Amino acid sequence: MVAAGIDIGSTGTKAVIFDGEIRASVVVPTGWDPKAAGLEAYRQALECAGLVADEVQSIVGTGYGRVSLPIFDRKVTEITCHARGAHFLYPETRSVIDIGGQDSKVISVDPQGRVAEFAMNDKCAAGTGRFLQVMAGVLDVSLDQLGQLAVGATPVPISSMCAVFAESEVIGLLARGTDKGSIAAGIFHSIAARIQGLAGKVALSHRVTFSGGVALNRELCRAIGTSLGIDMWVPQAPQMVGALGAAILGYEA
Amino acid sequence: MRDICAAFSEIAGLRERNAIALKVAKDRGRKVVGTYCLFSPVELIVAAGAIPVSLCGTSATPIPAAEKVLPRSLCPLIKSSYGFALTDTCPFFHFSDLLLAETTCDGKKKMYELLGEMKPLHLMQLPQVQDEAALEYWVLELKRLMTRLEQAFDVRITPEKLAAAILLLNEERRSLKALQDLLKRKPAPISGMDLLTVLHNRGFTVDKREAIDLIDRLTRELAELSDQGISPFTAKTPRILLTGVPVGLGSDKVVRLVEELGGSVVCFESCGAYKKVDPVQPGKNLLRSIAEKYLRVPCSCMSPNKGRLQLLEQLVREFAADGVIDLTWQGCHTYNVESFTVKRHLQETVRVPFLQIETDYSESDTEQLKVRIEAFLEVIGTSRGERP
Ligand code: SF4
Ligand code: SF4
Repeated sequence: MVAAGIDIGSTGTKAVIFDGEIRASVVVPTGWDPKAAGLEAYRQALECAGLVADEVQSIVGTGYGRVSLPIFDRKVTEITCHARGAHFLYPETRSVIDIGGQDSKVISVDPQGRVAEFAMNDKCAAGTGRFLQVMAGVLDVSLDQLGQLAVGATPVPISSMCAVFAESEVIGLLARGTDKGSIAAGIFHSIAARIQGLAGKVALSHRVTFSGGVALNRELCRAIGTSLGIDMWVPQAPQMVGALGAAILGYEA
Repeated sequence: MRDICAAFSEIAGLRERNAIALKVAKDRGRKVVGTYCLFSPVELIVAAGAIPVSLCGTSATPIPAAEKVLPRSLCPLIKSSYGFALTDTCPFFHFSDLLLAETTCDGKKKMYELLGEMKPLHLMQLPQVQDEAALEYWVLELKRLMTRLEQAFDVRITPEKLAAAILLLNEERRSLKALQDLLKRKPAPISGMDLLTVLHNRGFTVDKREAIDLIDRLTRELAELSDQGISPFTAKTPRILLTGVPVGLGSDKVVRLVEELGGSVVCFESCGAYKKVDPVQPGKNLLRSIAEKYLRVPCSCMSPNKGRLQLLEQLVREFAADGVIDLTWQGCHTYNVESFTVKRHLQETVRVPFLQIETDYSESDTEQLKVRIEAFLEVIGTSRGERP
C-alpha cells in the first residue's frame, strides 16, 4: 500500500508519500494558486519517491486548500491530520501545538493518535504565523533573524492581542528606543501567552509535539516551552506533520 | 423538504405576509407590542387585546448604522436590534405601539435606554436569581406591566382574559414542542436550517390561532414524510445539539455550516426553540403562575443558572445528540463565561463531544469555522468508532 498526503496551507504546500514509512516529503510555496501548488507538490513527491501516479492507492488532502483539488480520494481537516502525524513521530504525544500561517491550534490526542478535543484561535491573527510575519516586517528582519535577536534578551511586554494594534505598539517601542532584541523576545512571549490561553481550554499534557512551519524557529520553540513550563518534541520538519498525518490516514483506511 | 411540504412554503413567507396583516390590524385599531426576549410575559399582552410580535435582531445589515452609536465590541444581537430600530427597517418595530424590555444582560439594558428615546418602552426589572424572594418581586413587576398596558391601551385585564391567554400560549408551546420533538427521530425528518426558518418566521405571526394550526399541519405533514422514510439525512449523519445565544435567520451561519459539512442540527436549546416550550403551570393565582414560568427561563443572565445544565443534559439524551455546539456571540460575557461550566457539566454527565464557537454575524471567519466544525464532526466520527 502506498499513500500520499497533501497539505495545502496558506503559505506552503506539503506532500508526503508513505508506505509504512516516509518515502518522500516535499514543500513548495502555495503562492496564488493552491490547486497548481498541490499538483506540483504531488508531482515532486512522486518523482522523489521514484513512483508513478498509478502506484499510489490513496491520496488524502488537508489544509485550507483541500477543497480545490479534484484528485483527492478523501479530505480530512488539518486538526485530525496533525494529531495523526504527531502520533506517528512521537507515539507518546498527548497534545499537539500547531501554529500555522492563519491559525493556531492546541489539540489533545488520545493514545491511538485520535483527536480528543481541540481549541483554535478565533478571528484574531494574534498567535499565528501571520502575526510573526507582520512583526518581523515592522522590525525589518527575517523570521530567522527575529529568532537570533531574541536570544538572551529580556522580553519587553507587548500587551495588544490584535496583530494590528501590536504592530503600532511595536512601532511605538522602536520610537522610544527599545532595543530590537527585547522586542523580538516580547513578540515570542506574546505568542506563547496566546498559546497558553488556548491550551487552557483543552487540558494540555506535558507530552507535547510542536508542529507547523513556525516551529522551525528554534528560539520561538524555546520561548513557548519555557512559558508553558514544558519540553516539547519538535520534529525535524515540523511543517510536514499535517501532510504526513494525511498520508497515514489514507494508508490505514 | 421545502418543495414537497405545503405547510413549509406557507411558513417561509410568513414574515412578509404578516407585515401587511399587521398594518391591516393596526388600521382596525389593534395595538401592537414588540418584544425582544424570552422573558417577555406575552400572556399579559394577549390579555390586553394587543398583538405581541418578536422584533428583528438577527441580521448583520443594520449593524454598521448601530455602530455609529454603540461600541463595536458589543454583542451583534444588540447592535442588530438597535440598528433595525435606528434605520426603521423592521416593519414590526415600525408598527409597535409599545416596546417591552427586560433588564437581562448589561449591553441590552443600556441599549434599551437609547431605544426608549425612539418609542414608548416599558422596562421590566428582571431579578437574576430564581428564588422565592425574586419571584415575589417579579410578580410585582408583572403587575406594573399590567397597569402600564391597561393605561396605554385603555383596557382592563380581567382574570378571564388572562386565563384565556394562558391557554392560548400554552397551546402554542405545545405545538412548537411537538414540531421540535419530531427531530428526535433518526434520521431527523427536517434539517436544522428548515426548522430554524419555521421557528424564526413564526415569531412574526399576527394571528396566534392560525399559526398554531399551521405548525400542527406542518408537524403532521413531516411525520407522514418521515414515516415514508423521507429525510435529508441518513441514520449515520452526526446529530448536533446547538445551545447558547439566540439564533435566527441571518445569524444562522453555524447551523448552515454544520449541515453543509455533513451534520444535522437536531435540537436548538435556545430562546426561540426549546427554551420556549416550557408552559405556564396553571395554579390558583394566575399572575404568580405566569411569573413562575418566566422566572424559570434558564438564560445565562441568571446566576446561578443550573436550569440550563439540566435542560441540556435532558435534551442530549432525548435527542440522542452525538455532539454539542455551544454558540456564543462576541461580546456576550454571560454565555461566553458560562460555556466553561456547560462543558464541564456535560463532560461529567453525558460525556458528549463539545465545541464552543465564538463568532458574530459577519462572514469573515467562515473558512476558520469550517475547519473547526469539520474537525468536530471528525471527532464525533472517531468517538463512534469510525475511521477518521
Ligand atoms: S438569551 Fe436570555 S436575554 Fe437573550 S433573548 Fe434569550 S432569554 Fe432573553
Ligand atoms: S447574546 Fe448575550 S450579550 Fe447578546 S443580548 Fe443575549 S445575553 Fe446579551
